[in-house]
This record gives sequence, C-alpha cells and structure tokens, in this order.
Amino acid sequence: MGTGSATAARAARFEAVALAIGAIGPVDFALAAGTCLGLAAPSGAGKTRLLRAMADLDAHEGVCRLDGRPAADFAAPAWRRRVMLLPAESAWWADTPRPHLQPHGLDAYLAALDLDACVLDRPIERLSSGQRQRLALIRVLSHAPDVLLLDEPTANLDGANIERVERLIRAYRQDRGACCVWVGHDSAQLARVADEHRVLDARGQLAHRPCN
Amino acid sequence: MQLISLSFFDLALAALAVLALAATTFAMRLGIARTLLIAALRTTAQLALVGLVLEAVFAQRQLVWIALMALVMLLLAGREAAARQKRPFIGGYGFAAGTASMFLSSFVTAVATLVIVIRVEPWYTPQYAIPLLGMLLGNTMTGIALAMDRLTQEVWRGAAVIETRLALGASATEAVAEMRRDAMRAGMIPMLNAMAAAGIISLPGMMTGQMLAGSPPWEAVKYQILIMFLIATGTGFGTLLAVSVGARRLFDDRHRLRLDRLRPI
Repeated sequence: MGTGSATAARAARFEAVALAIGAIGPVDFALAAGTCLGLAAPSGAGKTRLLRAMADLDAHEGVCRLDGRPAADFAAPAWRRRVMLLPAESAWWADTPRPHLQPHGLDAYLAALDLDACVLDRPIERLSSGQRQRLALIRVLSHAPDVLLLDEPTANLDGANIERVERLIRAYRQDRGACCVWVGHDSAQLARVADEHRVLDARGQLAHRPCN
Repeated sequence: MQLISLSFFDLALAALAVLALAATTFAMRLGIARTLLIAALRTTAQLALVGLVLEAVFAQRQLVWIALMALVMLLLAGREAAARQKRPFIGGYGFAAGTASMFLSSFVTAVATLVIVIRVEPWYTPQYAIPLLGMLLGNTMTGIALAMDRLTQEVWRGAAVIETRLALGASATEAVAEMRRDAMRAGMIPMLNAMAAAGIISLPGMMTGQMLAGSPPWEAVKYQILIMFLIATGTGFGTLLAVSVGARRLFDDRHRLRLDRLRPI
C-alpha cells in the first residue's frame, strides 16, 4: 500500500460512499478519528434505515469503510462489533439488565450516567424508559466499538441526563478515536455534539450539504 | 384367533352414530355439524381409496409401485405440513425444507428398520413397508409442522431481540439460538407425550388394530414398542433438520434477519 492511500485511510476513519437504501440517499461522508456526524431529518425520512445500512443490517447500495476497509471485507458480525448501532428502541432478552452487559468498565459507565448499580438486577420492565435508554448505551459502549451509530440516543432523557450522555459519548470518542453518527431532531443538540452535519428532507434526499 | 370381517351394514350402523352426533350438535348450535359430516365423508372416501390402492400394491409386490406410493405419501405429508404454517416461507421453501427433512428422517428410519430389524424378504414387502412408512410420515409431519410454525412465529415476534443481538455483533446462529431450541422442543413434545402415555393412558392405535386382527397381545406390544422408537427417532431427527434449515433461511449471508422471506398475514 502506498503512503498516499495510507494517509487517506488515516484521515478517514469511517466513511460512506454513495450509501443508499430504497429511495433514501445517496449519502456520502468521511469522518476522521474522534469526530461526529450529525444527521437531521423529519420523522419518516429514513434516518434509521440509513443507520441500519451502515451497520449492514439491511441490504443497501454503496459502501461503508472502516480504516479504509469496506464492510464486505469483514464477516458481518465482526463489522457490527466495530460499527455498532444503538437503535431508538433497544430490545432486551434476559429478565434483568445485568446479563446483557460486559462487566469490564461497567461501574465507570454507570457512574457517568448517574445510574445506581442496583438497577442491574431489577426487572427490565420496571425500569423507566430513560433508564433503559442509558443502559442500552452502556451495553453498546461496553463492546468497545470504533464507530457509534446513535439513533436519537437522548429521546427519553431529561436535561441533566442528556448532558451526561453527551459528555460520556464525547469522552468515549476522544479516548478511543471513535467516530460517531448521531441521528436526531434537535438541531441545537446536533450543533453541540457533531463536527459535521447532513440534513435529509422528507423524501430522504440530502437537503443541504455545507462545505467542510 | 380369527379376524371377523366387517360388512358394509356393520359400517352403516357406526355411521348412524356419527349422524346422531351431527344432529345433536346441530340442535345445540355448535356450528360444527357440517364440518363433522364432511370430515366423516372425507375419512370414508380417503380410506376407501387408499384401500383400493393398497389392495393393488399388495397384489403387485413390485418396488416401482411401492416407491411411487411412498412418494405420493411423502408429497402429501409435505403439503400438509406447509399448509399448517401461519407464516410460511415464500416460494415453496417451507414445503421443500419440510419434505426433504421428512424424506431423510422417515425413509432412512423405515428402510433401516425393514432391512436391519424386521429383516423381511424382500425388504420392500408392502405389508410391512407401507404401514411403517405411513406411521413415520404422519408423526414426523406433525412434529415438523409444529416446529416450523413455532420457529417462524417466534422469530416474527422476537424480531427486535434478534436484531438487537445482531447489532451487538452476534452471528445469525447465536441470535436465533434460543428460538431455534424452543422450536425443536415444540416439535418433539407430541412424540414425548405419546411415549409417556403409551399403554397407561392410551392404547396405541396400531397395537389395538393388530390385536383386533388376531395377533397375540405380546406380539402386538413388541411391534408397538418398535414403532414408538422409530417414531421418536424419525420425528426427532426430522424436526432438528427442518428447524435448522428453516432457521438458516431466515438470515442471509451477511447475517441479516430476512423476515421478507415469510408471508405476512
């Protein structure tokens, strides 16, 4: 591999080229290590489907690359461990949160999101939607992915917890050089958390692409 | 002991009893009289038809005819199993998977039994081969139909769990493992119940028939035990096979859940 392409690969940790699914897209972006893309769109415009395409959970057109390697070079589960989706509604299969979470670094994450360790052994359905959403984020972070695909990660949270989540994700990105694609409605929030922005219109087409 | 041959008049007497039941349910407005009569007619017509065919096949004793009959039985069983699915696979895949699994488990078990256990000459003697295969197919069909139905419904309902697991980096096999196990168990429950109840709660039909036909009870019992083991083996392996094939079909090579391969209700 020549120096030129190695430099390009370093410059773009995570990139999407002509990514499209159904009538949504195409979308292009290239994210340097530690940066975050904010993706805003009205409901039903297909943000979630774009995130699912990035995680290779749905058949799609275009290519996503991680450190210069296209998704097709990875076994699908290996790709999703590196490029991990946090869905708007996470599902749980065990009765309590604990079996879903990796023990490594768990206490620090709980503390960062103001969760008491006792919630880990409470039945999932007794937890508030905000607690579940924060635990789902911890579940994703505890797998240590390189790219976070966040689908409205603070939709069920109050102001203090929104701030905690934003802070935790920023710290995670800076510590690991992880990239992030943050989907949301709140343009003020996206301006806070993201370094780069894309806006989809109601038909899933790129409405506005500022120069970077 | 001698077999007492039944006359058509004897059967007509029994049919009167069914008519009486139909009249009673009609009077009580259970809404089932029509279905009952159609079912009774179907049973008569189907059994009469199969009787004619069996008389011919038994008289011929030729492998071709027996194989042809076995093939027809297999295809009908496959069709029944596919028809009982609430959310079948699109494009005949469920029929193919069910039929192939039934073929492998039932035919292998039946032929092995004829050759190794019963050692009848020739091994395809219809008097042994056809009833054996029929019982195996019937039970395997039930097992596979239940198991596939359970699998597709569980996966449909549990799609969010499966997709969350996939998103967290699980392989398709890991993501569906629990539902796969549940489906396999569901397919084997009727067989387990039948074995547990045999002789105590129910006298199995085949054994009853053999005794009615004049066999000493002990001989009938030995055959029944053999059949129970064969049914357990055939149903068990057939169910495992069909569920494995079906579970694989629910995902593609990129470990994506493919509910679009099931027919929506």
